[in-house]
Amino acid sequence: MTTQTAIDEKAPPQAPAQGETLTGAQIVVRALVDQGVDTLFGYPGGAVLPIYDALFDEPRLQHVLVRHEQGATHAAEGYARSTGKPGVVLVTSGPGATNAVTGIVDALMDSIPLVVITGQVATHLIGSDAFQEADTVGITRSCTKHNYLVKRVEDLARVMHEAFHIATTGRPGPVVIDIPKDVQFLAGPYVGPGAVAPSLTYHPRTRGDAGKIAEAVELLATAKRPVFYTGGGVINAGPEASRTLRELAHVTGAPVTSTLMGLGAFPASDPQWLGMLGMHGSFEANHAMHDCDVMVCLGARFDDRITGRIDAFSPGSKKIHVDIDPSSINKNILVDIGIVGDVGSVMKDMLEAWKAKGHKATDQGDWWRSIDAWRARKGFAYRKDAKVIKPQYAIERLYELTKDRETYITTEVGQHQMWAAQFYHFEEPNHWMTSGGLGTMGYGLPAAVGAQMAHPDALVIDIAGEASVQMTMQEFSTAVQFNLPVKIFILNNEWMGMVRQWQQLLHGQRYSHSYSESIPDFVKLAEAMGGFGLRADTPDELDAKIMQMIETPGPVLFDCRVAKEENCFPMIPSGRAHNDMLLGDSGDDLDSAIDDEGKMLV
Amino acid sequence: MPPRLNESTEKRTFAVLVDNEPGVLARVVGLFSARGYNIESLTVAETDAKAHVSRITIVTSGTALILEQIRAQLDRMVSVRDVQDVTLDPQGIERELALMKVRGRGEQRAEALRLADIFRAKVIDTSHESFVFELTGAPGKIDKFVDLMRPLGLAEMSRTGVLSLTRGVD
Repeated sequence: MTTQTAIDEKAPPQAPAQGETLTGAQIVVRALVDQGVDTLFGYPGGAVLPIYDALFDEPRLQHVLVRHEQGATHAAEGYARSTGKPGVVLVTSGPGATNAVTGIVDALMDSIPLVVITGQVATHLIGSDAFQEADTVGITRSCTKHNYLVKRVEDLARVMHEAFHIATTGRPGPVVIDIPKDVQFLAGPYVGPGAVAPSLTYHPRTRGDAGKIAEAVELLATAKRPVFYTGGGVINAGPEASRTLRELAHVTGAPVTSTLMGLGAFPASDPQWLGMLGMHGSFEANHAMHDCDVMVCLGARFDDRITGRIDAFSPGSKKIHVDIDPSSINKNILVDIGIVGDVGSVMKDMLEAWKAKGHKATDQGDWWRSIDAWRARKGFAYRKDAKVIKPQYAIERLYELTKDRETYITTEVGQHQMWAAQFYHFEEPNHWMTSGGLGTMGYGLPAAVGAQMAHPDALVIDIAGEASVQMTMQEFSTAVQFNLPVKIFILNNEWMGMVRQWQQLLHGQRYSHSYSESIPDFVKLAEAMGGFGLRADTPDELDAKIMQMIETPGPVLFDCRVAKEENCFPMIPSGRAHNDMLLGDSGDDLDSAIDDEGKMLV
Repeated sequence: MPPRLNESTEKRTFAVLVDNEPGVLARVVGLFSARGYNIESLTVAETDAKAHVSRITIVTSGTALILEQIRAQLDRMVSVRDVQDVTLDPQGIERELALMKVRGRGEQRAEALRLADIFRAKVIDTSHESFVFELTGAPGKIDKFVDLMRPLGLAEMSRTGVLSLTRGVD
């Protein structure tokens, strides 16, 4: 067992002394502390030994030793999404850096603020194919928001602070800082965050254009069938943005839907909530998006999972798009009013403009009647079974038994992820961590580790599939080492469910390599790794087993045996319009669901 | 509904002002290749040593929507200070330098020399059966000269790619 360094009192960040000289490694550690970092996730190696040596003396930083660098990046992502703070990763050169690439791409796709420090071989060895050398900056150039190779220790402090600024402002994203080992040993001047001159010409726009905001508000004020399409941008804008969204929705009376990444910004219990939209979103959300007359996109990016066939996407509506990234606007879908800015700030301005003009919610009686008719179709319905646990049922019971606690949910990728989004309901932002853009299997377990580090007293559950969870299973040991009582809720159906579903739809049920052979006995595996294992096979024992999982004071692997060939509905088959969904009970011929053109799309 | 933008492809020259840091060119080129944008030609050099700025002039092509995307993607890169559309800028200047080897005898050779004279190309090498011409000018002028040389024995050509600046005091 390792000692968990108790951080009783954080020493206040020291005012930067003019010309204070530290080694590169000390500069890194000091910069982290001055940036308000308290936790980092990493794995040592030759090229980062000096930094690890400096960490050894620093009680204000808690370092979580993972088992694989990919785990460090996902843990940092889970930490970041559950707190709003940037996640920090420390890995060595060569394989350490390359192992981190998946998590870095994941953070880029989902706009998660991450600062990844990678060791590098000494400057005079770069380019000589040295031991554990990799062209980290070259490899991560296309998957980071920005990256640095620090060749002079004089630049190091500035680069550290710049990196945090870039990672956390504008559209958040991952920044890699590659630090050669000799630079870590050399002495150089330290400057604090405040002393860093704004030498950057990077100035993301946060305040939206007042004229466009006024135009948008006027459009919204005349809408008979409005809809708010919200996304991860609202989460990134902070909890205040979620509060503003609620107010905006209530004064306008418009229905609200959210992407996978935006769940929690708007409370699921609110009568104006339509559920998630998109490929496996709710029947009512997708129909509302298609039939609306004014669509207000807040912090989302018209991803292909949402739009379905682009030329059939909500053809009759006027679209307003609020995004902090100008390149997101008119990228996939042409909009009528594009507003560049922080979505929280723009929503506030919209609210003010709305109130200043004395607008009231329009008469949306007919609209809500349509919505209720779509809701009545019960698109998420599934056939319950007395003997076999249906995966949807497992999530429903999990939700019922955890909803009154402070709970954080992470997921892996696949059918279980979609069912979690459909059946687990969120009232607050920052409680839902999932890999949306990249869809990385193996994300959930380490992300749960990261979330639990940030919220030691909360209940943190990774809803997983048995195939996904094996990808980063070794991080369970990290949970054991740091006494993190994460609950890994495995929906074990013995198949790579989503792949199998597509093989059924697209490839004539030729299930090529989508069956999970040699699945470990998860109960024994948990115990072998120093945690606890539980199994549930029937619906009758499920509730009691879930309660047992919750009440077990330590990390748990819960092997929940579920129905093997359940399909996830509704589904917008690729290549179809977003209001042309397959439903579970419709008796549609699944085999011909996707045509030749649709086949080309993922 | 927003006006339907023109679907036809057009050529466009962008001047991208970047921090003169190692790897910046790789970043910009990487962006084009990663997103499948076209690079017809590219020139780069330091433009202001004190301000630590380099100028990359890229000639690309695409629909109006794609070109708007290219501009936005370039603009949001941390290393990029400014993106100027030289083609659409009435003050924009584009120039290029080309070297051309033209092989011929007799009347063809004489005609080649006459045309080079008209275009004010310099003859920088000559043999009894060949010339090497050096021509500077707007890309369109060079394209025209190349077309004329082709039937007169154009054997080899080397172009620098487009350079750009704007007229006026700024």
